[in-house]
Amino acid sequence: MKFADLFGRQRSATTAHHRLQVLLMHERCGGNPDLIPILREDILAAINKHVAVDADKVRLTIDRGEMVSRLEIDIEIPTPLKHHREGCATAVHYR
Amino acid sequence: MAQVVVVTSGKGGVGKTTSTAALGAALARAGERVVVVDFDVGLRNLDLVMGAERRVVFDLIHVVQGSARLSQALIRDKRIDTLFLLAASQTRDKDSLTDDGVERVIRELRPSFDWVICDSPAGIERGASLAMRHADLAVVVANPEVSSVRDSDRIIGLLDSTTDKAKRGEQMEKYLLLTRYDKNRAERGEMLCIEDVLEILCIPLLGIIPESKDVLHASNMGLPVTLNNPASAPARAYNDAARRLQGEQVPLVVPSDKVTLFSKLLGRRAA
Repeated sequence: MKFADLFGRQRSATTAHHRLQVLLMHERCGGNPDLIPILREDILAAINKHVAVDADKVRLTIDRGEMVSRLEIDIEIPTPLKHHREGCATAVHYR
Repeated sequence: MAQVVVVTSGKGGVGKTTSTAALGAALARAGERVVVVDFDVGLRNLDLVMGAERRVVFDLIHVVQGSARLSQALIRDKRIDTLFLLAASQTRDKDSLTDDGVERVIRELRPSFDWVICDSPAGIERGASLAMRHADLAVVVANPEVSSVRDSDRIIGLLDSTTDKAKRGEQMEKYLLLTRYDKNRAERGEMLCIEDVLEILCIPLLGIIPESKDVLHASNMGLPVTLNNPASAPARAYNDAARRLQGEQVPLVVPSDKVTLFSKLLGRRAA
């Protein structure tokens, strides 16, 4: 560690460098920018074959990391009508 | 119902994105519901300055084209839960922004927020023109430097002629945010002073942001400067500007990091 690293202000350049490396690694390797929307549609279609899902009740979050990225899809599936009670819903998390 | 604000300048590199993030975070910290929208399609950076670059799934173009719902594209800030980001697309062409699509997005955002802050791209082309079109109020960011002031003058002309408000025959509210100001250099006559810039641009002053190391430090960290170090001089200047946007009368001072916390009182109030 350099002497300058002991001070937060200097360390912020290290943080900036690391953030850029991770970001640009993802941007340069390109890939399909629509991969996530496509995955979302496919997963929704698969679930919709068995149970109707409201597209508004689907939450996607992603965290693009250095080694792996984490995609979280949170789908709220309504409880079937015959068993339905007020405010009762099942949240299913696919990770 | 939200106030739609465009942060614009004409010239690049004067601090539009820094100011959008800093004002947005300052307003949200004061309890307002805020969304900051990046209009710089193809060269987005607001996500990076807000520290959300790893979390963008859907962006403005997805919403404009109808391939994602607005609620899915809004990224909630990790530190302030009333602050949201709508990122620009990094991969699409700026022509993907359609007039109708942008109008619909702004119309959908208005009822859910107190402030919709549109970060304009540099220049005077499509992205910049769409960012300002639906605004109720414009923050013109300028540096005390000849080319920036000239470009700001051009932008003020466009705000008065091409926006929806102008076309309805109404007056667009415009405020100057002077950034990277060095009081000592201005006093020594090495830099345009506040009075010089105001005399040329003839719009009221929203705030004066001093040149400061804290701005770079905050962007390195991926935090709006008003969150990274709220006690710093630029953060205090942005907080004051945000309070003026909210309609408060705040005396105009140039905050400094020197021994005296509040330097020379300029004796002028924001409009």
